Amino acid sequence: MGAISSPALLVEGLTKRFGDRLAVDGLSFSVGAGEVFGFLGPNGAGKTTTVRMLGTLVAPSSGTAMVAGLSLVPANGVEIRQRIAVMPESPGLYLRLTVAENLEFFAGLYGQRNMSVQIARSLEAVNMGARADDLCGSLSKGLRQRVALARALLGDPAILFLDEPTSGLDPVASREVHELIEGLRGRGVTVFLTTHRLEEAERLCDRVAILNTSLRALGRPEELRERFFSKALVVRTLAPLTEPERVFAIPGIESWHTDDTTGYILSVSDARTAAPEVTRALVAAGADVLSVSEDRHSLEDVYLELVNEDVEASR
Amino acid sequence: MNMQRIGSVVRKEVREFRRNRFVIGTMAVLPIVFLITPMLTIFKIPADASGPQVKAAVGTISLLLLIVPIALPPVIAAYSVVGERDQGTLEPVLTSPVTPSELLLGKAAAAFVPSVGMAYAIYFVVLISVRLGAAPVVNDVVWHPPQLVAQLLFIPLLALWAIWVGIGISTRASDVRVAQQLATLAGLPLLGLAALFSYQLVKPSVPLAVGLALALLVVDLVAYRVVSRLFDPERLVTGRHGRDTDQAEAAQAFNASTR
Repeated sequence: MGAISSPALLVEGLTKRFGDRLAVDGLSFSVGAGEVFGFLGPNGAGKTTTVRMLGTLVAPSSGTAMVAGLSLVPANGVEIRQRIAVMPESPGLYLRLTVAENLEFFAGLYGQRNMSVQIARSLEAVNMGARADDLCGSLSKGLRQRVALARALLGDPAILFLDEPTSGLDPVASREVHELIEGLRGRGVTVFLTTHRLEEAERLCDRVAILNTSLRALGRPEELRERFFSKALVVRTLAPLTEPERVFAIPGIESWHTDDTTGYILSVSDARTAAPEVTRALVAAGADVLSVSEDRHSLEDVYLELVNEDVEASR
Repeated sequence: MNMQRIGSVVRKEVREFRRNRFVIGTMAVLPIVFLITPMLTIFKIPADASGPQVKAAVGTISLLLLIVPIALPPVIAAYSVVGERDQGTLEPVLTSPVTPSELLLGKAAAAFVPSVGMAYAIYFVVLISVRLGAAPVVNDVVWHPPQLVAQLLFIPLLALWAIWVGIGISTRASDVRVAQQLATLAGLPLLGLAALFSYQLVKPSVPLAVGLALALLVVDLVAYRVVSRLFDPERLVTGRHGRDTDQAEAAQAFNASTR
């Protein structure tokens, strides 16, 4: 994802209080059109409240936002909801109605003229075309989630808010939802994905925001990794080095420490340049080298770093 | 106000109720109970019964028949909001373009049509039975024009009252059954107004019937306004009210006017 042009979402200082409790504090960010944007945070971080504010369901206490080109102000409520779709964590289907009847209801609410075509298209998009006449009550959780996604696609939304779309799904069903989100990206739909499954965010999202009441970090997953963790090489040898300080005294290595008796973590400015130099130095020192690899931090590491900081700060 | 959205709500509600055994069972049993009692009472009145005796009996029957439009709508209306919340469907609906007014009117219409239809059907069965087989003194009182006008006007207006009470309680209740029971009880006081007429405590006349009907209409409109204010999407979804916040007024205004 390149630079953000014509933001689908532009949020400035969005805040929500429930009584004395501050649920969301001064959020500011933007989401580009066609971007898959991950919104991460622990339980109670304010993710769902933010989605509800942007979906006009909950009134912000302060702050402003532009949603799908419309200002988040009272007069634009219906028009904003016409341009977006929200898929809450719970599928929220009428279990006594069939899949098609559920979608027909929402197609009517979105003012669809050619309902049957739109319903068929939405069901095909989630591979549920053959289950249109099934009662929703008879479907598994994964299938219900797919129907909820089909419902969200009915109005051809410019922005699709997905609140924990894979919560409670088995790995196969989760993977199907991931593929559907990839498909939406291909169709140019802006996806605002709320999740606390970090591998999901890392895999799907162009950029992620980490929230814990206030915004803690924002950027592409690799940018966040670089921002929060220095680059490092992990060296493993068969036996401990006799003079590691001499071996690692080469340009490009900023510092080093032992991981265990036969492991060394080297802080480097550029892992790709440093790795061959380190390997040569180890061989020259007669070390039996098992591996020299880049220490890759995941988005989970970034997340845990930030959340742990907050826990520490609150003590 | 978008009629397509209201129509969609009505269709969805009707489909749901048709597949809800509790609703169907109640809607089937209640009318039978309210039909049998008046019929037995009517045909037990002897031909030589005194005027006051006949008026008292017919008053009871008329009042009983007016309980139908009060007792039936809560079965549906009380389910309308708490039922949606129970099955987690309220949030998807409220994040669609439908406005609370459209949602409430759609739900009210879905409860109004079957309830009033059933109440009228029972009334017409009683009317025809009286014409065909009851004593002439009973026929005269039942087919008395002010009585007919009152019954025909009061049925839909009492049903509307019961519907708004039902929906209002449903926005605050946490359990469907409790909402239904409370809504039926809360609907009954307005029956007192109709009782004035049924028992002929006031001298029945067509203008008086129309006047009382207009009074009921005003009550219904006020009830609709109250229910519209009770229907606070933020509170329904989060369990908390914008009023709790220090930005209370702004939040409340936002909710009201975005919808």
